[in-house]
Amino acid sequence: MISVNSRRYVVQRIGFGVLILAALLVVLPILFVVGAIVVEGIGAINWEFLTAIPRDGMKAGGIFPAIVGTLLLTVGTALAAIPFGVGGAIYLSEYARDTWLTRAIRLAIVNLAGIPSVVYGLFGLGLFVLFLQFGTSILAGSLTLAIMTLPIIISTSEEALRAVPTEFRTVSASLGGTRWQGIRNVVLPQALPGIITGVILGLLRAGGETAPILFTVAAFYLPRLPQSPFDQTMALPYHLYVISTQVPGMPIQVQYGTALVLLALVLSLNVVATVIRSYFRRKRQW
Amino acid sequence: MRKGSMSGWGEFVVETLVRVAGFSAIGFVLLIFLFLLREGVPAFFEVVPGNLFGTRWYPTFDLFGTLPLVLGSLLITITAIVIALPLGVATAVFVREVAPNWAREILKPMIEVLAGIPSVVLGFFGMTLVAPFVRQVFGAPTGLTAFTGALILAYMALPTLISVAEDALDAVPRSYRDAALAMGATQWQTIWRVVVPAARSGIVTAVLLGMGRAIGETMAVMMVTGNAARMPLTLDSLFRPIRTMTATIAAEMGEVAQGSTHYHALFGIGIILFVLTFVINLTAASALFQKRRRGGLR
Repeated sequence: MISVNSRRYVVQRIGFGVLILAALLVVLPILFVVGAIVVEGIGAINWEFLTAIPRDGMKAGGIFPAIVGTLLLTVGTALAAIPFGVGGAIYLSEYARDTWLTRAIRLAIVNLAGIPSVVYGLFGLGLFVLFLQFGTSILAGSLTLAIMTLPIIISTSEEALRAVPTEFRTVSASLGGTRWQGIRNVVLPQALPGIITGVILGLLRAGGETAPILFTVAAFYLPRLPQSPFDQTMALPYHLYVISTQVPGMPIQVQYGTALVLLALVLSLNVVATVIRSYFRRKRQW
Repeated sequence: MRKGSMSGWGEFVVETLVRVAGFSAIGFVLLIFLFLLREGVPAFFEVVPGNLFGTRWYPTFDLFGTLPLVLGSLLITITAIVIALPLGVATAVFVREVAPNWAREILKPMIEVLAGIPSVVLGFFGMTLVAPFVRQVFGAPTGLTAFTGALILAYMALPTLISVAEDALDAVPRSYRDAALAMGATQWQTIWRVVVPAARSGIVTAVLLGMGRAIGETMAVMMVTGNAARMPLTLDSLFRPIRTMTATIAAEMGEVAQGSTHYHALFGIGIILFVLTFVINLTAASALFQKRRRGGLR
């Protein structure tokens, strides 16, 4: 610390200043987006908005069918994606050897994660809606979203399973347990918080998506609740798209209110996932 | 253990089930490509190549030129990366190398929030608040421009870019930093001359993954770019409306007759998108896998 004021320390100070500026440029707009939607949207939120059917060309009433639709789609996605996702993760982490086939699975997962959401929509239209003749339905939409969610669930679950130390498996085996008994009774319970976090992160992505449901399930305006998996349904993200671009004269507050409900649903799930992760990370003893 | 005699069978069934789940990932990629081909390939027979790779996309007049759409996607993707790269790398460096703990505790969850905001919400925000801002600042006739789209896309690519760049910085061995500092370099010199150059290949991967995310983005882009299918050839194209491949599919698929030429052409665009993102992600993934094998990452 002889020459703290020499030129290189001035450069360092400027450099750090630039880094801080960049971080602020990243963070402040995020605060601004969330803040603007909360401030502008909160006025639209009341009991009727959350629980009533839309009226007057969706300009009045509530967004209940869209909320229910998004919840149904998310549950449908979970039912289809969790068995494949967690199963695939167990295979990759506990059974698969490092062969070219395993590498092919990993490449497939990377590519599934990279396929544009609207291409998933095309695929869902081609396979589920038309070829398998499910029609535009909750079933077709959930399956499309499930395949889109699969890579997220597989990679986060695999990470959680791999984080469980090898000794846990060795000890189970040394007590006479079979491989599956070791997984079911020892490894899975330890990895469960991580897996749940991954599943939630995958599902909230699915719940917020619009492009994959455009041609597979979403109804422009449907003033009743769906009766079966083969029904169309309204959904929050698509509803926001519709009322902000397709309906002239839509009150801006209703648009902000819808955006707020969607944002709140997604971010609260996000918080739940983060809390589960950090709570169990602190609690675990390895 | 309770049912020892059953366990051999059970083991076999379970292993088969999880194996099927694992291999399903390959099956789904193939299935997606197969269905895109099935519905998209007819377009290449029904429309002559001169038309298909032409400069005008007017499906009502049987003009299916995909060039303006491809260039539109490329223009906003590249602009988005130009904006996101310096921001993302600087933020990653700040988080990994400089930031005190409390700042990191704030920054990381904020970036996760950004990653969690649905595309349609960002598109709505872009329409109502960013577009008027762009119109005023740049004096454009409309705020729904390629630049507006690129700006939103840059922020959508940031979470991916930052987290992969962070991993890359993390993979630079401690000893590099110690050596630089021991030779009398300041912390800034160490970061700028040693750590960032050493993480270069990882940063390239981050850019590729960010690009893959940006080129496939649909809703936000469709809502803020104005959707005019024109060739972006002049300098001011950035401040004019533009149309991407993704937005074209999303906007038009709802209105076409199944089995029509237009329908097949939209699936054809889907094939282009699939192949583009496949190549980008394959390149990025092979870089990541190599790293992992050499023990660089993690």
